[in-house]
Amino acid sequence: MPANAFNGHTDYGIGLGLRVPHYAHILEKKPDVAWFEIISENFMCGGGRPLEVLDRIMEQYRVVQHGVSMYFGSADKPDREHLRRLKALVKRTHTPWLSDHLCWGSVDGTYTHDLLPMPYTLAAAKTTAAKIRMVRDFLEVPICVENVSSYAEFHASEMTEWEFLSEVVERADCGILLDVNNIYVSSRNHGFDPYVYLDHVPHHRVGQMHIAGHTKFEKYILDTHDHPVLDPVWKLYAYATRRCGVTATLLEWDDRIPSFDEVHAEALKANEFIADAKSARKKPTAPRSRAA
Amino acid sequence: MRNPPGKNPRRRAPARLDSARALLAFQRLLHGALVRPLAPGDRMQSRWTDGRPMAEVAAEFIKPNDRLTAFDRLEIYNRMYWFRIIDSFYEDNPGLRAALGDRKFNRLALAYLAKHPSHSFTLRNLCARLEAFVRREPRWTAPRTALALDLARFEWAQTVAFDEAARPVLTAAEVGRADPARLRLGLQPYVALLALRHPVDTYMLAVKERDALRSEASNATTSTRHMKRSRKVALPRLERTWVAVHRVDNRLYYKRLEVPAFKILAALRAGRPLARAVAAAGRGVTPAQVQDWFARWMQLGWICRRK
Repeated sequence: MPANAFNGHTDYGIGLGLRVPHYAHILEKKPDVAWFEIISENFMCGGGRPLEVLDRIMEQYRVVQHGVSMYFGSADKPDREHLRRLKALVKRTHTPWLSDHLCWGSVDGTYTHDLLPMPYTLAAAKTTAAKIRMVRDFLEVPICVENVSSYAEFHASEMTEWEFLSEVVERADCGILLDVNNIYVSSRNHGFDPYVYLDHVPHHRVGQMHIAGHTKFEKYILDTHDHPVLDPVWKLYAYATRRCGVTATLLEWDDRIPSFDEVHAEALKANEFIADAKSARKKPTAPRSRAA
Repeated sequence: MRNPPGKNPRRRAPARLDSARALLAFQRLLHGALVRPLAPGDRMQSRWTDGRPMAEVAAEFIKPNDRLTAFDRLEIYNRMYWFRIIDSFYEDNPGLRAALGDRKFNRLALAYLAKHPSHSFTLRNLCARLEAFVRREPRWTAPRTALALDLARFEWAQTVAFDEAARPVLTAAEVGRADPARLRLGLQPYVALLALRHPVDTYMLAVKERDALRSEASNATTSTRHMKRSRKVALPRLERTWVAVHRVDNRLYYKRLEVPAFKILAALRAGRPLARAVAAAGRGVTPAQVQDWFARWMQLGWICRRK
């Protein structure tokens, strides 16, 4: 949805991930970018260059925080120091919403720094939703949870990924950061129809979307964020936009990062699909998965 | 083929994941599998902690698909875990790597990371305990343990100097108004004081210069740990060195210190009142020297209020 409670009733358009190789270009050239997404953990420090750059960026641009290590799905309780630092950053950036992943990655205080898939069980959904609520109440900012790409499925799972995502966000009453590339990657790795996934998530909770590139290996696809967005992902994005409405969208490019202009141009390709979606939304969109 | 210390991974997955406790048990099991050191060839170990084939263990909780076995799927995560944290270790310790050579450095990385996995939400803190580890287990760095210790301290100091907090600086007027016998000055948290046995500051500059030349020679993006060395940098000889690693305008700098100056700064950091900190410099230091040092430190913004 363009503006909803889960993205702070904003309508941000197309943004970019703020990455170190582009700092100098952005600060010097001040390119016309709707907003930047920052990785929260990179700025949860005491001072120095990271916060100086952030403050200078915020003088010119809107910033949204995206986290990679809250691990809503970890059975551990949230780390208090992590929360304290995150809240300090939220106060600094005034981020209208904050996102992190629907995954786990730490246990007994040890961190993997990976986004590990959840077993899709009701108990896991309840535990995860409770943690999201706890974090949101502490941070006092709307939260969107992002679906991750995955390479393994568990026997213990009792439901599909999209059912699990829906269960969690309904119980937590939070938003969704819909990563369209992740849906595509996981659909290829696990053999499900990505359009079915998109048909079944609660569209009114989608506060943001991610698009990115991936890498195909012989037996699986890896979510590498080191390529332009591939055609099947653009098609999926167009469909997601028709179903959910035009939503704040961010291109992730984290490895083999090309020039700022190249990344920006890639992100702006989303406009074509947004225009199509706008015209298509004047007519009701039939669920593709059921129509097919 | 060792497991990291601490909690042994659960041997079997819980039969049902119907509670938070069962979820925790499941995550402990999976975590235990992910952080087990890789076997030769960067493959997952073929046997579990209880001796059962890993393929059998993985199949208990991971579904195969038409292209990958449960073992294959678990191995993707096992490999990604190690590649990620080893890359981070390599990025943080270019000097130590240059001094030890690739093979020895890699062994040190694996031994350290197996014993000290990340306990922080950020990989920034991954090497916080490296100095203590090198001190405690010198076999990984022998016969260059003394140099390795200096480098581990120096490279961690750079992390601290890069993004540690800055407190409000004290002005000369504020210092001048106070009673030196009672005044306790603070030293900026981002200033790291190092008493070293080798001049690793100049060594690090040489390593950085070499690496900069190498990176300019190729635009290819390469994993840090697979980068080839172009030439060796001469190792530093034994020479007592006192250095402050700090930042100015958010750029890192190394500043050599005279021994009495180092002692004063160390005493300030330890919380001694100004008069006693100055006395720590010992005899032979003139008031003019002390004034000159303080003037420079205040100009650099090092002197701040104590917390």
